[in-house]
Amino acid sequence: MAIGTLPNRSIGHGRHAGHDGRGAGAGGDHPSGDTPGGAIVPPRAYVTGITVALGAVLMFFMALVSAYIVRRDMPLSGWLPLAVFPRILWLDTLLLLASSFTLSRARRLLLAGRDSGFRFWWKITAGLGIAFLAGQLIAWRELAAAGVYLATNPSSSFFFVFTATHGLHILGGIAALLWVMFRRPRRLGLATATEVAAIYWHFMDGIWLFLFSLLLFAKA
Amino acid sequence: MSPAGRHVYLDAARDLCPRIPAGTRRRERGSTFASVLLALLLSLLVLITVWIFAARVFPAPSSITAIGDQVDRQYALTLWITGAIFVLAQLGFAWAILRFRDRGQRARFVPGNSRLEFAWTVAAIILFLGLGVLGRRAWAESRFTPPSAGAIQVEVTESQFVFNFRYPGPDGKFGRLDPRLISPSTGNPLGLDDNDPAARDDVVVPQLTVPVNRQIALLIRSQDVVHNFFVRELRLQEDAVPGMIISVHFTPDRLGRYEIVCTQLCGLGHYRMHSYLNVVAASDYQAFLNQQQQALRQ
Amino acid sequence: MKSRVDSAQAAAPGQIGFVRRCLFSTDHKVIGIQYFFLALFAVLIGIVLSLFMRFHLVWPAAHLSWIPWLSGGLMTPEQYLALVTMHGTLMVFFVLTVAPQSAFGNYFLPLQIGAPEMAFPRLNMLSFWLTFVALLVMLAAFVVPGGAPISGWTAYTPLSSVGSVAGPGEGLGQTLWIASIGIFCIASLLGALNFISTTIDMRAPGMTLMRMPLTVWAWFVTAILSLLAFAVLLAAAILLLLDRSAGTSFFTPAGIVLSGQLQPHAGGSPLLWEHLFWFFGHPEVYIAILPGMGVTSHVLANFSRKPVFGYKAMAITLCAIGFLGFLVWGHHMFVSGMSPYSSIAFSLLTMSIGVPSAIKTCNWLGTIWHGKLQLKSPMLFSLGFVSVFVTGGLSGLFLAQPALDNMLHGTYYVVAHFHLIMGVAAIFGIFAATYLWFPKMFGRAMNERLGQIHFWLTFVGAYCIFMPMHFIGIEGGIRRYSDYTGANYLAALQPLHRFSTIAAFATAAAQLIFLFNLFWSLRKGAPASANPWNATTLEWATPSPPPRDNFGAWKPAVYRGPYEYSVPGAAADFIPQHLSPADLEAAGAD
Repeated sequence: MAIGTLPNRSIGHGRHAGHDGRGAGAGGDHPSGDTPGGAIVPPRAYVTGITVALGAVLMFFMALVSAYIVRRDMPLSGWLPLAVFPRILWLDTLLLLASSFTLSRARRLLLAGRDSGFRFWWKITAGLGIAFLAGQLIAWRELAAAGVYLATNPSSSFFFVFTATHGLHILGGIAALLWVMFRRPRRLGLATATEVAAIYWHFMDGIWLFLFSLLLFAKA
Repeated sequence: MSPAGRHVYLDAARDLCPRIPAGTRRRERGSTFASVLLALLLSLLVLITVWIFAARVFPAPSSITAIGDQVDRQYALTLWITGAIFVLAQLGFAWAILRFRDRGQRARFVPGNSRLEFAWTVAAIILFLGLGVLGRRAWAESRFTPPSAGAIQVEVTESQFVFNFRYPGPDGKFGRLDPRLISPSTGNPLGLDDNDPAARDDVVVPQLTVPVNRQIALLIRSQDVVHNFFVRELRLQEDAVPGMIISVHFTPDRLGRYEIVCTQLCGLGHYRMHSYLNVVAASDYQAFLNQQQQALRQ
Repeated sequence: MKSRVDSAQAAAPGQIGFVRRCLFSTDHKVIGIQYFFLALFAVLIGIVLSLFMRFHLVWPAAHLSWIPWLSGGLMTPEQYLALVTMHGTLMVFFVLTVAPQSAFGNYFLPLQIGAPEMAFPRLNMLSFWLTFVALLVMLAAFVVPGGAPISGWTAYTPLSSVGSVAGPGEGLGQTLWIASIGIFCIASLLGALNFISTTIDMRAPGMTLMRMPLTVWAWFVTAILSLLAFAVLLAAAILLLLDRSAGTSFFTPAGIVLSGQLQPHAGGSPLLWEHLFWFFGHPEVYIAILPGMGVTSHVLANFSRKPVFGYKAMAITLCAIGFLGFLVWGHHMFVSGMSPYSSIAFSLLTMSIGVPSAIKTCNWLGTIWHGKLQLKSPMLFSLGFVSVFVTGGLSGLFLAQPALDNMLHGTYYVVAHFHLIMGVAAIFGIFAATYLWFPKMFGRAMNERLGQIHFWLTFVGAYCIFMPMHFIGIEGGIRRYSDYTGANYLAALQPLHRFSTIAAFATAAAQLIFLFNLFWSLRKGAPASANPWNATTLEWATPSPPPRDNFGAWKPAVYRGPYEYSVPGAAADFIPQHLSPADLEAAGAD
């Protein structure tokens, strides 16, 4: 065929020449060396990425929640309600809700160009996240003091699994907040980075509200 | 796009765009041999498969229940339908591979045909869903109805790697079980609690003996991991799940000795976990029960 | 974080060290090749394991004293079951998930949509290395005390959840198995996230959804399935691990007695594990097979010199199969103690998957009808795919009916069914992809004659291995038995087993031809042109192998659908996607 009879490499050489020519001039586009540069990835890809990732996170928690419901409602489940329901969970919930508001405020200030305000509220958000985790730890200790451990009863197993897996996700969120704050993402830009972090944070907030109401409902 | 890039791109476009004048007949070598061989192999596949089924070289063992017969009819119907599709599809491809092999012709530009596609979509929906709806019956008759009141109750307890069958005895009641009392070595594999009067006349045997033409209701349970109860002549299997008691029922209509196997991977002895189903005449069944009660009293 | 190199170094790819270029590269093409060889390694182990199994089934008393881990040259039942478990796990996870999706998808998805890279190259690299770690952890199960787990790739509880009291291999081996699966889940989630974002946001101008090659559609749908299914498996694996190591009772019921010991669990549900596992497990089947469908459509069009018949229907049916794939997990559980009423719902939903599958088959026939068939190795394997897909799919119509499942569940009929449709068909898809894209990946052609011989032997061999298993199953032959001394009727099925075993050895030997061809062509194959198959899609519009950034200075744009073969009035029988109407005119005028 026509193409088969062409000097095979001609296209390749042509392209390579173009490639090299550009490469020398445009090396600065991609400081990470072996990637052809963040510039080629549109910012919206990061938003898509976090949305898609949250789809997986949602499935993960839905699997746990459906296991919880099936396990609780089956016959001979041996299910006993939690012996104590740590009151501090109410405070934790408030902290996490507040953090969503401070995060939104930080984002608004950033978009308005008020950098110091952004930094302030962003730090507050991270602080609230850390306080939430500390509160969860206190709740764990309260349960442990009452003799309720992971394997005590299915209800406590699920309590610890819910709080631990959600806490890990919050921990990741705090790391992301701090990273945006201190590393100043270059490739995706601050606006996109804060947007991605905010989507994640609000979502994990929502997951907590859902899990919390589930636990609360089971208590009653 | 940089001018240089544009230039390269145009070069590439020219290179990639073929320059064969329309109507030139070029032909790839080697396609004839391959197409004939592949068409032949596909036809052979069809021939051998159809022959094996038509000549009943490997028949399923005959069923011993009315519901089993119904399962067999549904099986035959499914076999006819899938068999026809199998023959049509494999031979259709064989024919197309042979007929449209590269002989220097020009392929016909046919990006689709909505009417045809609609037709086979509808055909597939009717065939497959119809088959599924028909298949419901054989399942419903055995599984949707509870066993009749006069059914003979036998409890099947499976454990690594044995079957045990418990008959409730003359009182018709199964006695209490306590997993802490389980001790196969002292003859109490189920953990029967002798403090319960209902337990004292319970008979536990390693084989299942049932009278012919009576409905048998099995209560299937497991002591440890998931097992299964399968008798191929009954066309019936059901898992034995620890923590659950699952009820199935059947009415054998033929005397005989049939093998019971476990089909759910249950540990290293899975392969040797089996027992027998003895379908006997009513009088023999009574004799079996009497003998067991006698043995119990001794 | 990696240290940043200065821009001068970045400009000269040759100066990047071996480690960054070949081991910890973020290049989707390098990662694709890494995945390819990882899957190749895993499949070789998987094949060897299956040969041991087949040999043991037929000659259980043979003394293989040259194998050190067999005591006295004899295989114990637990060793056999360890082979069953590891064969299934390696094949399903590390071959059928990795090769079609992670290997070829990684390499060709960005190329086919005209993107210079994946959206998240570093996540991509992380995903590969997590998969690599998962494989190491999985293989480590062989060498720990007690050996590899014996609970099968489905790891039904309580066998898998109570520890070594349930049998050898259920100790540390099973724990490693779960850990490996957990790591694999995370790797697959990262991969899926990357695939989806790349497909959504990185397409070249003009590459609308309805201009994407069907391979891209298949990878895209598969990535969505991975994203949703592996998240559920990860959750289930965590709960299972807790049951084993923390004494919880998610899946382990109360009052079970193993080895004379009452187990300290309370009220867990084995059915819950089965539900969670199969909610992952069934989509997993489609994760393995959908890319093969994509490749088959792609290849049939290319080598018939015809457009894909009913492109839109092909894309829609891919989505339909993916969607329905999430609604049918219960058909694995007809006889598990699940409600018989749900069985009917699952049965009808399963039967309805036959509809998009039938549409696909008809459309494949429509694609080659009135074509100009060039039976090169990729084409042969794609036609083989269709044949095996039809055979394996039709046996699924039996298993989808609960009444018939009553006699076929747990028998070799099931083994035949899923090996044909999930194993052989998917592997044929992988072979077709390998023969098709090898020239692009390595710049050299594979040997066509060896490829053809490889196809004939594999095609005949695969049918010879798996067709007899249908009959073993119909007669009631049970799977996962290490020995047929249990039920007496099983001994009568030995001749069929023997035939199947001999075919397995012959087919495995034929794969040596493929291996030789692969490694020989890597070094000595004839140099390949940019577009050796006269194909239309974008991966062929760049040199073989493509430069680091795929298209160099050229930013590809797309002007037409992916399969414009034999367009009436066109100068030749294919029009590449990136040719604008003006280019076409200019070129035609030459």
